[in-house]
Amino acid sequence: MKSSHDKNLTVNISYPMNKHIFSSLSKKFMMALAGLFLLLFLPVHLIINLMLLKSVPEPFNRAAHFMATFPVIKIIEIVLFIAILIHIFWGIFLQIQNWLARPVGYAGGNKSETSFFSRFTIWTGSTILIFLVLHFINFYFIRLGLVPGHPENFYLTAHNLFKIPAYNYIYLVCFVLLGLHLFHAFSSAFRTLGLNHRIWTPVVNVVAWIYAILIPAGFAFISLTLWLFR
Amino acid sequence: MKLTLKIWRQKNAKVKGTFVTYKMDDVAPEMSFLEMLDALNKKLVEEDKDPVAFDHDCREGICGSCGMYINGHPHGPVPAVTTCHLSMRYFKEGETIWIEPWRAKPFPVIKDLIVDRSAFDKIQIAGGFISINAGAAPEANSILAQKKKSDEAFDSSICIGCGACVAACKNASAMLFISAKISQFALLPQGRVEAKERVRAMVEKMDELGFGSCSNTGACEAECPKQIKLTNIARLNREYYKAY
Repeated sequence: MKSSHDKNLTVNISYPMNKHIFSSLSKKFMMALAGLFLLLFLPVHLIINLMLLKSVPEPFNRAAHFMATFPVIKIIEIVLFIAILIHIFWGIFLQIQNWLARPVGYAGGNKSETSFFSRFTIWTGSTILIFLVLHFINFYFIRLGLVPGHPENFYLTAHNLFKIPAYNYIYLVCFVLLGLHLFHAFSSAFRTLGLNHRIWTPVVNVVAWIYAILIPAGFAFISLTLWLFR
Repeated sequence: MKLTLKIWRQKNAKVKGTFVTYKMDDVAPEMSFLEMLDALNKKLVEEDKDPVAFDHDCREGICGSCGMYINGHPHGPVPAVTTCHLSMRYFKEGETIWIEPWRAKPFPVIKDLIVDRSAFDKIQIAGGFISINAGAAPEANSILAQKKKSDEAFDSSICIGCGACVAACKNASAMLFISAKISQFALLPQGRVEAKERVRAMVEKMDELGFGSCSNTGACEAECPKQIKLTNIARLNREYYKAY
């Protein structure tokens, strides 16, 4: 017969599954997976947006119409929304938990050498969230009929918006912050997913840097071109 | 050396603490940081004042007892040393040194610079071991282990559990500590037997105790006196998902 002393010396096997699913590691896993999915979406969005630079509205409007109506895209859109919600919800949830984990801060500051932008992901992320709301008001809500506009001519809507200097300022600031968010987040997601490799991890880090510069730069280029040269 | 010390003084976990300033006039550069505090305490005792409470044991950098947050760094600004091995020669003449306890909800202050780190023990008790029959040492070559992996397991096992990773992390996360403890077993055949149960139990305990989560900032790796690598955290994540 086992004594209570023996019991303490074996690893607890009866482990409830719900604790596993909602552990901090599982939440980070969901966040990372959702974040990586969002990373796939941005280049597609950028390619379509580049059509805004053409002098005729048809190519862009056709692409926008295709994205809004093609059934497969519709399904991906739902997944995309779920990914956005998961990423935001767990992001804020974990951040609050993290703040609570250190009720008293350091008077001497925290001078440890860190991945610099990782300290601000909650703030860069929050700004991107505010931008997302603005973006939905400008485009997605028009499509849903919630706000007035031309759902069939987003080319014109976009061109009109980029004529407003204030909109461009907000747009550019948000994309700089998106770049800073991605600088850390892209490679961080891989470690969170448990992926680490002698050769491939450095490659991922370089790709992350290139991605974090090129994608926001692409969006900013469109904004600046339409604002200053059209 | 003349130094100004700003030391966190707190009677116990229940009362509020504050920084108290002490002037030191005769610090020798060859002193260790703890010897410098010993000199301060000698002075305080002679003046009939309460000496500064701090944890220490081996003073050889291997026990993990001494841990304090010095000028914005756990174990001070010099990489890969514990506080007991931190030499006063790294400080400048006339410098002001801020000395604080580890700050984390699961590490409550006991007194002054001493924090209760039994949270780490609780995590270890949850699964940081292998269940084997004690007895005579078995034949060393009966279970084969790859040299590369056993070296990696050894590199992880040198974690002394001082808590510098938690102190350095902006989230007060214990992931580097747990990842080291997980890795030292996960890399060896003896540890694989209970690998799934171990990682689940240790992560559950970590969450329960109120440690933060990992943002992959790397502060823990930068401050670890035993230079435990971030790759351990990737392995911990991997082991955890495998345990589903």
